[in-house]
Amino acid sequence: MNWGSASEFFAMGGYGLYVWGSFGVTAAALLIETLLARKRFADTRGVLRRELSANRDTQG
Amino acid sequence: MSQRLVNWFKFASPASFYPLAGKAWPWFAALAAALGAAGLWISFFVAPTDFQQGEGYRIIFIHVPASWMSMFIYCVMAFWAAIGITFNTRLSGMMSSALAPTGALFAFISLWTGALWGKPMWGAWWVWDARLTSELILFFLYLGYIALTAAIDDPRRADKAGAIVALVGVVNVPIIYFSVKWWNTLHQGASVSMTKAPSMATTMLWGMLIMALAFWMYSIAMALYRVRAIILERERHATWVSELPEMQR
Repeated sequence: MNWGSASEFFAMGGYGLYVWGSFGVTAAALLIETLLARKRFADTRGVLRRELSANRDTQG
Repeated sequence: MSQRLVNWFKFASPASFYPLAGKAWPWFAALAAALGAAGLWISFFVAPTDFQQGEGYRIIFIHVPASWMSMFIYCVMAFWAAIGITFNTRLSGMMSSALAPTGALFAFISLWTGALWGKPMWGAWWVWDARLTSELILFFLYLGYIALTAAIDDPRRADKAGAIVALVGVVNVPIIYFSVKWWNTLHQGASVSMTKAPSMATTMLWGMLIMALAFWMYSIAMALYRVRAIILERERHATWVSELPEMQR
């Protein structure tokens, strides 16, 4: 174990800004990409579902 | 032999790849999460403090895997581009466009974490060094691919144009890789090489490799997930799409 306390962990030996800036932005970027991909799939499926349903209604 | 060929081409059709990708992505996502958790644990709690760079070196656990991923994804895109041009398969172009955003993201992460590492160690966020510049060019190639394919309405023509960018741009990948050897750069040399023992502690190496595997699994899961949306967008008028269970009321 490298850390004596939580504050030592967050300070990262004086490199806190750089280390957490790297890990934080990476985590945020991967999360945002995941949410955008989910939205893209859900939106496409929604549009297609509505189109198909409208077609079925008109065709009786 | 012929049986295997038939099965192989079967999955090259969007109609059979769509359900396959749907079954596969959750497994890759679960592996990515598990490996990511293990990798982060090693990065912060197992790997020792570096004797030169203190705790600042821990950026390596995302910087190196993200850089590897950004180069590798571009090679995979070029591979699909070559397949698409040679065999005229529809799925290849879809795979390329499914990979591009993830590749761009990893190139960005590589540049971003590099800047945050460069500032405390070199005293500069950015230098016009061969390694950094060629990685920046890779990032622009990804953005160029995305912009170009998005600007062309006909998806088949967009795939062709994108394939050219992917194939021409791939020459940049070995330039990035060997830049630290070919030019005198500020960037350090390869941390891991095929020919000699790695120049770092074993636990650091393991942390880096496990994080790299986590990024691999993430990229595969993301590409499979995104390609399903692309298949639906492009095959919207196909009968098989209207018969999918998720399209029923």
